[in-house]
Amino acid sequence: MREKARIMDKEGMGRALKRIAHEIIEHNKGTDELVLVGIRRRGIPLAKMLRDFIREIEGVEVPVGILDITLYRDDLSLKSEQPEVHKTEVPVSIKGKQVILVDDVLYTGRTVRAALDAVIDLGRPQSIQLAILVDRGHRELPIRADFVGKNVPTAKKEVVEVRVAEIDGIDEVLIMEMD
Amino acid sequence: MEQKLKSKDLLGLADVSAQEITLVLDTADSMKQIVQRTIKKVPTLRGRTILNLFYEPSTRTRSAFELAAKYLSADSISIATATSSITKGETLKDTAKNVEAMGIELIIMRHPVAGAPHYLAENVSASVINAGDGMHEHPTQGLLDIYTMREHKGRIEGLKVAIIGDIMHSRVARSNIWGLKKLGADIILSGPPTLLPKEMAGLGVNYTYSVEEAIRDADVVNVLRLQKERQDAGYLPSLAEYHKYWGVTKERLALAKPDALLMHPGPMNRGIEITSEIADGKQSAILDQVTNGVAIRMALFYLMLGGKEDE
Repeated sequence: MREKARIMDKEGMGRALKRIAHEIIEHNKGTDELVLVGIRRRGIPLAKMLRDFIREIEGVEVPVGILDITLYRDDLSLKSEQPEVHKTEVPVSIKGKQVILVDDVLYTGRTVRAALDAVIDLGRPQSIQLAILVDRGHRELPIRADFVGKNVPTAKKEVVEVRVAEIDGIDEVLIMEMD
Repeated sequence: MEQKLKSKDLLGLADVSAQEITLVLDTADSMKQIVQRTIKKVPTLRGRTILNLFYEPSTRTRSAFELAAKYLSADSISIATATSSITKGETLKDTAKNVEAMGIELIIMRHPVAGAPHYLAENVSASVINAGDGMHEHPTQGLLDIYTMREHKGRIEGLKVAIIGDIMHSRVARSNIWGLKKLGADIILSGPPTLLPKEMAGLGVNYTYSVEEAIRDADVVNVLRLQKERQDAGYLPSLAEYHKYWGVTKERLALAKPDALLMHPGPMNRGIEITSEIADGKQSAILDQVTNGVAIRMALFYLMLGGKEDE
């Protein structure tokens, strides 16, 4: 796998997330009842960055939760080994809340499908909205994002790799190509 | 990271590695959180089928297995031997082959004869979980006991665990010993000489006939159930005498570390091997063991019912 293009650097990611933070606040007419829920693994640091931008803009601390969708995947019976299960940790009740799901890349839509089921098993929110850093197309399910950092047309053989400082030591988005 | 237990079956903790035990405990951590939710159901094992085959009575173990299956959306059926064709003389192998032909993928079996689950596992392609075989092993009880200790103490390595009671007939004790040794606990056994065979020391554990000595400075006191029929078999002079010399009381528990954990696999004989005062006291983890029993079985189902490579 080789690097084909670097489509976002730290500044670019920051600007995109800051714009998304503004859009979330605008769309929800403020921050009341907002809960940010990051999808494991790279959705979590992105949700925390969104929380920090919202704090900067509105001076309000929005709760951040963590969603593990392993038990909701639709491909478990296709794998010979089971993926590691982690905890879902949402610190507040989501009943009646505006839940913002956060993930790094939107591709087939299967992760988001699983995440919708996982959220609804935790309670009945008022709404679920989807914030994505990179939408790379190739949807296999009727799912779209409400907030998008960057739309990137890709080929199926390419891989969009989002790196975040908390996990990878650097904030950047790369397009990789399989050899 | 993807992972898997090495064997298709779980027959005893003697056969699994420390790494596999840790995998089950870590997975159970994530499962426990589902047990504590309002909506206790995830779709993970939809369409997978599990059979409970119990040749001995059980409340806790069987309900924990059944609930674990329900919480993961697997379908489970239970056969109680008294109302089945087993009373008409059907052999274990035939019973198993028949349910397998109906599509069962995992069989949970409790049987009075040691080794019966092994025999079953060799004869079916379904996975088999031993839910207690004779005086041999009860691996899922061992796992939930170890999980409960780790949850409260944060570690297993270096813990001093006292196991008190009828060691000889106890499959719970054997599974505890195998699992705890692998994870590095120090184990000391105590009970009446008639019920504490010296050969147990061969498993790498200490033993003493003084219950006080066993409990002194322990981190965990795991009290075994005294099967009342042992008195008729001549192992004990009387239940009152057992209580006097081996019963775990408030005074004896006070010899352990101040934050020591009190455990019992149930069903309890209150006033014989354990007093009500401590069984319901603040050091007791007995009801945690029951909750954790569901999480441990969910973890095993998840890890054992992975897809097949050729699917």
